[in-house]
Amino acid sequence: MTNSITRRHLIATGTGAAFVAAIPHSALALDDAGARALVDRVVSDINRVIATGKPLGQMIGDFEGILRKHADVDLIARSTLGADANRATPAQMAAFTDAFRGYLARKYGKRFKEFEGGQIEATGVRQVKSWYEVQARVNLRGEAPFDVRFLVSDRSGRDLFFDMVMEGISLRLSERTEIGSMLDRRRGNIDALIADLRQAG
Amino acid sequence: MLFSLLAACGHQPDPAVTRGAPYDPYEQSNRVNHERNKKIDRAVLRPIAKGYSAFVPDDVETVISNFSTNLSLPGAMVNSAMQGNGVGLTSDFYRFLVNSTLGLGGLIDVATDLNMPPATSADFGQTLYTWGVHEGPYVVLPLVGPNTSRAAAGRVVDLFTNPLTYLIEDPESYYVVGTRVSRGLTARGRYADSIDSVLYDSADSYAATRSLYLQNRRYKVGNRGSETYLDPYDTTAGAAGPGAAPSVSADFEDPYDQ
Repeated sequence: MTNSITRRHLIATGTGAAFVAAIPHSALALDDAGARALVDRVVSDINRVIATGKPLGQMIGDFEGILRKHADVDLIARSTLGADANRATPAQMAAFTDAFRGYLARKYGKRFKEFEGGQIEATGVRQVKSWYEVQARVNLRGEAPFDVRFLVSDRSGRDLFFDMVMEGISLRLSERTEIGSMLDRRRGNIDALIADLRQAG
Repeated sequence: MLFSLLAACGHQPDPAVTRGAPYDPYEQSNRVNHERNKKIDRAVLRPIAKGYSAFVPDDVETVISNFSTNLSLPGAMVNSAMQGNGVGLTSDFYRFLVNSTLGLGGLIDVATDLNMPPATSADFGQTLYTWGVHEGPYVVLPLVGPNTSRAAAGRVVDLFTNPLTYLIEDPESYYVVGTRVSRGLTARGRYADSIDSVLYDSADSYAATRSLYLQNRRYKVGNRGSETYLDPYDTTAGAAGPGAAPSVSADFEDPYDQ
């Protein structure tokens, strides 16, 4: 377990360093305002879904729509698979990404149910390395507000968020651990992982 | 022991944080404790917390939690002082003042309603961090649960850092302990679904808990690090606005590079 994370990480770091050198950062078109605008749209969509107080099943469907529109699920999915993404066929990758999107919507859609009566508001934005980090605050009824950051990039060709960090907990990194464990449980069989993922969350 | 740790570290990058994989040399015994804690949670804590949350009205639970949180503030203030964090010390002091008076002895969290800065929740583990002590191995303690070694050492010291514990006499001090137990049960009951999903739905609940705990702990410890401090010579207000909030993702790699 620990070993496999280290291995994935090393490979990722190595290729990462090679690419950073190759890509000029001035080529970015996204700016503070653009990143902020994207998160404002995401937040207003989420707030609208929370406010409807719909049954859970419909909320999850709406949340999947938000992911489709505003999140780079292709990238998040690839990144949670880590080095194992390199041995997946394009068909496996497509099936995995699709299963992963549904899994995310179910898993995190359920959590949004707990935000009922709450509000999310964007509070600031700053550039970090090649992406923008938009800070937001979740105000819940009768509880201390907590901190959410959306990481936004245009490197996919569109302005999309590729991570959501709640009180320091990154969705992408946490799911990387979880997907790694699921794949270990299936002894590295990607098709079995995809089948499990369709049931999970 | 502490000072030898201090001497050994200084303010250098912490290898436990920068290596990218959890520093977990005690994984075998940690896993044993994790499974034991899960059994205790399933048999005792979870049912009691769920029953307690269902039986006690939400507002009453909130009032007890507020009261308990308010009493913890002087301990956080002592830690802020040891960290040289004058801003945190001051904001916690005003929070304590406002909630203890307008908030009827801490029962109502008026400070949050007034949009005052959030409580620092400074603890001695965080103080050790500001002193340059490294995080140390990840440990799962029986009953207590996940900790970094540094946080575990901090917990022991924090048994003594709150000045109120020396002021409150014996029968009342038991009530204080009682409200802390209540606060814990409320948290377990209120976030029952989220906690259950990590403990009982994850493919490997040990790895999931470790990942979540370490990410959150590092955020809590570093969040109020030196980036947010105001220079005591700089008296212009407002320098710690949202723009000064430290980045959470500066240590991440760009996933588009992978």
